[in-house]
Amino acid sequence: MPEILRVQHLTKKFSEFVAVDDLSFTVNKGDVYGFLGQNGAGKSTTIRMLLSLITPTSGSINIFGEELAAKRSTILRQVGAIIEKPDLYLYLSAYENLSIFARMSGITVTKKILMDQLEMVGLAERAGSKVETFSQGMKQRLGIAVALVHNPGLIILDEPTNGLDPQGIADMRNLILHLSREGGKTIVVSSHLLSEIEIIANRILIIDKGKKVAEGEATALLDPSKTIVKITTADDGYATGQLQASAWANNLRQEKGIVLLMHKDDIPSVVAFLIERRVQVLAVTPQHSLENYFLSLTNQTGHVEAFSN
Amino acid sequence: MWKLFQIEVYKIFRKPRTYLAFAIITGFIFLIQLGLLVNGKEFLGFMLGTVNDMMEFNAKDILNGYWVCFAILNLLLIHVPILVALVAGDIVSGEAAMGTLRLMAIKPVSRAAIILAKFFASAVYVFLLLLWIAFISLFVSLLVFGSNNLMVAKVDDLRIIETGDILWRYCCAFGFAFIAMMVVAALALLLSTVSKNSIGPIVATVGIVILCTLISEMEIPLYQKYIRPYLFTSYMLGWKGFFYINYNEDNETIRGSIENLPAILKSIGALLAYIVLFVTASVMIFKRKDILS
Repeated sequence: MPEILRVQHLTKKFSEFVAVDDLSFTVNKGDVYGFLGQNGAGKSTTIRMLLSLITPTSGSINIFGEELAAKRSTILRQVGAIIEKPDLYLYLSAYENLSIFARMSGITVTKKILMDQLEMVGLAERAGSKVETFSQGMKQRLGIAVALVHNPGLIILDEPTNGLDPQGIADMRNLILHLSREGGKTIVVSSHLLSEIEIIANRILIIDKGKKVAEGEATALLDPSKTIVKITTADDGYATGQLQASAWANNLRQEKGIVLLMHKDDIPSVVAFLIERRVQVLAVTPQHSLENYFLSLTNQTGHVEAFSN
Repeated sequence: MWKLFQIEVYKIFRKPRTYLAFAIITGFIFLIQLGLLVNGKEFLGFMLGTVNDMMEFNAKDILNGYWVCFAILNLLLIHVPILVALVAGDIVSGEAAMGTLRLMAIKPVSRAAIILAKFFASAVYVFLLLLWIAFISLFVSLLVFGSNNLMVAKVDDLRIIETGDILWRYCCAFGFAFIAMMVVAALALLLSTVSKNSIGPIVATVGIVILCTLISEMEIPLYQKYIRPYLFTSYMLGWKGFFYINYNEDNETIRGSIENLPAILKSIGALLAYIVLFVTASVMIFKRKDILS
């Protein structure tokens, strides 16, 4: 599948605070890419950089094969987004709001296009009503209409279910799946809820404290038989060097010990591999499954070292 | 850019706050007109003071539509900046507070275009506000008080402008006032660009205008020499210059003349420079701004 979005070594600092730290990932055409992390993990900052709301401190963002910094307008013509809550002009009607943002998106606006879009989100009958009279769910639906009115190829949704009731959440989930399967859209969707992301995303990126924790196919990442294993050796530097040259290199991170994401059944092989290379293995401690790991982050009940593949 | 400008104008005139300014100004002017209609003679007597004892004036001749408009402008042009700030101070920060700014900023339009569209849209608002002031203060006053020669008091003398020589001066004065109010709009835009709420820039703009006006008007040599030339408020009352008419050797006013045109042109130049400075700074800041809210 062709690459739609490539982020390389993206970093954002606010004074001394590092909100996003050397983040790299790619999103392919047709992906529903789940962007997962607890509140304050750096998801929104990353998404704001993808939408050119925030200037990165360093790193590059490439969308549709072009550099965002250089071709901002051309790229944003093909991008639709909802950032957290749908912020709209409360003193204007749904139709007026949609018309304003459609015109800003660079498309030729006709009454039919706007009404069809409002029809799609179930607001055609309230087209003339002021947005200030809308419920949160209705505002969210109008926000979706605004994000989709110019038929973008890439849709970026930052916490799109925030503030929605259970029915609204289900509707949003169905819409994302519909846009992906029927519309062939590429979607980046962020959330702090694993349960939400695992239903809709085919690929997942987990970040914590601005750093990538894990990235990969949702089915593989959320495989319950996979676990995070911490290995303590007499010489972690040497052991890491040996593992980097092995088949486990992509599953490895060294930070206060060696941390690997691996199948439980592979633990004896890794230990044997290290012993063969004269590494003194002091301890092997299974930490969590990735799911438990993420839950521990979001529940703030525990923490393990950042993990990356 | 044209499309953005249209959208910005549309948004300004769909906001109830915009019409508040028109309502306030209308109420003010009607109050002044009513006061002058009922107690105009007494007011004139007070205004002329000792001059009235030395020279004989017919209050009925002086108290005409042109004079009433001149009096209104003298009273109001200090307050209009508040109404300009009410809209221009909210134009960026109001959207930031509402959250719509980030929705605008992710559309395929440049940030410079967003700021310029907002500035030109606020120019439309200022223009229409002044047009409305001109209509009710000049044309309604002419209807109510009638037309006659305009008597203008300067520090050291009184000058009489003939009826047929007045209207163009008002057109120029309102044109000048438009430029002066656009400096206030540009300042409010600049403050709005760096703020996250709408009240801050409005209050700050009004505060700066009041402070600078006070310093401009203070007869303190230190301020007059070193600070006054750099304050935009020092040039904002230049519109009065259009009503200072020249005399010939026979002490008759020269029709179509202006006493000190270079001073007016200098004021216009200075005000335009401030507009360019404030708008450029707004564009530069907004282009680099991280839009978080």
